Amino acid sequence: MKRLLLTAALVIGVASPAVALSLAIASAPPAASILIRHGHIFTGGDKGTLTNSDVLIQNGKIAAVGQNLAAPPGAKIIDAHGKPVTPGLMASWTQLGITEIELVSETNDTAANQALDSAAFDVSDALNPSSTLIPIARIAGITRSLTAPVACAEVFCGTAAVVDLGNGPDILVKAKAGVFVDLEPAGGNNNKNSRPDIWSKFRETMDDAREYWAQRAGYHRPGGSRDQRSLRVDLDALGPVVRGDEPLLVHVERASTIRQAIEYAKANRLKLVVFGGREAHLVAVELAAAQVPVVIDTNLNLPDSFSEIGATLKNAALLDKAGVVVAFQPQNDDPAHYARTLSQIAGNAVANGMPWDRALAAITRNPAQVWGISASYGTLDPGKDADVVVWDGDPLDVTSAPTAVFIKGENMPLVSRQTLLRDRYRDLSKKNPSLGYR
Amino acid sequence: MDWNKRLPEGGVVAAVAAVAALALLVLLVPGKKADTVVEDQFPNDQFPSTYRPQHAGPVLIRDATVLTGTDKEIAHADVLLHDGKIAAVGQHLQVPPGARIVDGRGKFVTPGIIDIHSHLGVYPSPSNEATQDGNEATKPATPEVRAENSVWPQDPGFTRALAGGVTAMEILPGSANLIGGRSVVLKNVWATTTQGMKFPGAPYDLKMACGENPKRVYGEKGGPSTWMGDVAGYRAAFQKAAEYRDSWRKYWRDKKAGGKAGDPPARDIGLETLALALDKKIPVQMHCYRGDQMATMIDVAKEFGFRIAAFHHATEAYKVADLLKKNDVCAVMWADWWGFKMEAYDAIPEGIAMVDHAGACAMIHSDDAYGIQRLNQEVAKAMAAGRRMGYSIPRAHAVEWMTRNPAKALGILDKTGTLETGKMADVVVWSGDPFSVYAHAEKVFIDGVLLYDRDNPKVSPRSDFELGQEDEGPTGGAGQ
Repeated sequence: MKRLLLTAALVIGVASPAVALSLAIASAPPAASILIRHGHIFTGGDKGTLTNSDVLIQNGKIAAVGQNLAAPPGAKIIDAHGKPVTPGLMASWTQLGITEIELVSETNDTAANQALDSAAFDVSDALNPSSTLIPIARIAGITRSLTAPVACAEVFCGTAAVVDLGNGPDILVKAKAGVFVDLEPAGGNNNKNSRPDIWSKFRETMDDAREYWAQRAGYHRPGGSRDQRSLRVDLDALGPVVRGDEPLLVHVERASTIRQAIEYAKANRLKLVVFGGREAHLVAVELAAAQVPVVIDTNLNLPDSFSEIGATLKNAALLDKAGVVVAFQPQNDDPAHYARTLSQIAGNAVANGMPWDRALAAITRNPAQVWGISASYGTLDPGKDADVVVWDGDPLDVTSAPTAVFIKGENMPLVSRQTLLRDRYRDLSKKNPSLGYR
Repeated sequence: MDWNKRLPEGGVVAAVAAVAALALLVLLVPGKKADTVVEDQFPNDQFPSTYRPQHAGPVLIRDATVLTGTDKEIAHADVLLHDGKIAAVGQHLQVPPGARIVDGRGKFVTPGIIDIHSHLGVYPSPSNEATQDGNEATKPATPEVRAENSVWPQDPGFTRALAGGVTAMEILPGSANLIGGRSVVLKNVWATTTQGMKFPGAPYDLKMACGENPKRVYGEKGGPSTWMGDVAGYRAAFQKAAEYRDSWRKYWRDKKAGGKAGDPPARDIGLETLALALDKKIPVQMHCYRGDQMATMIDVAKEFGFRIAAFHHATEAYKVADLLKKNDVCAVMWADWWGFKMEAYDAIPEGIAMVDHAGACAMIHSDDAYGIQRLNQEVAKAMAAGRRMGYSIPRAHAVEWMTRNPAKALGILDKTGTLETGKMADVVVWSGDPFSVYAHAEKVFIDGVLLYDRDNPKVSPRSDFELGQEDEGPTGGAGQ
């Protein structure tokens, strides 16, 4: 009976929307102005790094950055006590907002139920601003995510979106931020397509998309016809990609496959982003010349498959040195739940040769550029959305954590389902009423 | 660590009952004396370790910050390694003749890291059909199998772990099965055979698994399909093992008494392993996420008399830390893994610190070929999370979560896990505070032998698999 009661209490606590709701309403209504004072400010932008300086936030935007800024009347003042202040961090390639528990399938909107290619599988149709993963990531300083489908059984896995990790209800920053394509045969255990299979399907669908968009009006006329293999919705989804407006986000690991992707993108004037890229450092010169950015977890230094023999901890440093734009993803095997490893990955890149400011850029300015949102995010320059984090130490070190997080100017409570569990169980004695019978 | 002595009521009752039964037996059987009770003689020495450390001259690490693994941090201290052992730790040690001097200024020295939960070698890199040797997922209880018979010593993961300061690790079978088989403790040394890596004198452990995994694997293959089915499965297996043990006891007793012993019972190598678990010669290392399930398993262990050394992946250990302390069961945790399945939904970053704060035995583990390379960073995160909730956690204490405590849970604390004099010289020299993301393991000694040196590619091993492959050129070293 004891156990039954306790379990029931937990289930109610877990399942009730009241938890999400209470987190949402716990944040104060946004003050018109917020002044962060005495920060060591890494603007990542024109002003570089400023010591003992201030950031003024007004109406959700960065209003000013500099020394001794005047506090507007009624401004909320936050003293950073000389600690680091950075832009909010952005994780590239996660499933934040489209998953809750990896092995509970009803909570996953991360992959198409695929028999065919699914460029039209659009994550923005699934975004859940009440996901418990969102507060857990944001109290680690992450304020934006490129949310994308996971690797899939076919070639075209779906359409990505940029989200913010604020309170919602609207966390969509930019829909249709790129189409995710898996050009890497899955290592070992999947009976997946071989490389020639993948490339022939890939080329055909891309050709179809170009042809479709060249005569789309005709297709939609009554009696119009087509002979493409792909579905109309998928060809529609590929429009921004074949026009070169949005990136084709390709999963490739092996150096030779990366070269192939670069050549294809060049010949077809596509915007390419390489994802995975464990052997990207072997192709660094070509990637830099073609201005192709790379999204990696630089800690992946094992030959998990024969496509990844060249994996090394120096990947990020070597790419950066060659002039490639690098953005980091969190820990690769589950980047949504492990979003908070993002700064640790950047720190490890530094430990293995990447300059510190370049590593910070790989989780702020660079992803802003890669995902096409640098007009509103990525640096602490006036006019941008006020995604700002105040840290208690070096933001790239593992012992540091934020002491304040702002998303679009809103001061986020440093509360998550995990901090609530911590607080409930920190006293295991009988005095703790929230534990019921023990 | 005498688990029996600390048992609460149930254990005491069982112990009293056992003594009473014994007395009764002596009384009721005329002409038989107590000496006819014979020690169990189940063999437990197959596949012995063939590892013999190379000869190593004396090494003096000078003027470093030393975290001893015994709750002490000593500034400007020297560590002397001699004949493969820790010979001395202290300030201004004398330089023995012929000693190799390692300048420790600005550096840190810790005991070698011990990962109590790894699948290196049984789920090696590269991962493909040929290399999946970690789960004998053919039936729910396979006590007859042993991880040491699956380990591939050429797994490149061993070299990466060495570069992360890992000097010993327990390789376990996977968690598909209720009873997955024996695990094995290895030293992270170069060897062409698994026996050449085996930690001399380390006990075997028995891998068991709670919860979702066995249900997922067997739910549609004849069961168990529920958690209650899992529990019934453990109990049935140990009941059978107790009967097997008793049949042998009867045989040994009769033989010793000189009477007609008859033929020995038929040998069953799976039941033999379980019988050794009942004799507490093979402790249980149990994959178990939920606090309520840990409580159930503690009761099952009491019912049959096996000893659970530790719950692994114990994401909810913080909810039952008092129970773990009371029963002297360790909790093996990650710093921040969570949410990959329902039973991992309640993990929190403060878990290790909270279990530790409650006075129970807490430690880190990797369960992962990448995590094992940075266990110092994982401990750093757990330490920082604990400090932020107000606990005082000196790094001299936190270091025990990756050295002393795993050695304790593996039953090898008398041999390694701290920098106490006379222990194996399993030692890491770090470039700086090991709880910084920027620190590297610079030199790793195992039994006093320098097996990894970040500054010397010749002492930065590559596995056979990697020879002649791409990675040798541009990067070199152990995947660094």
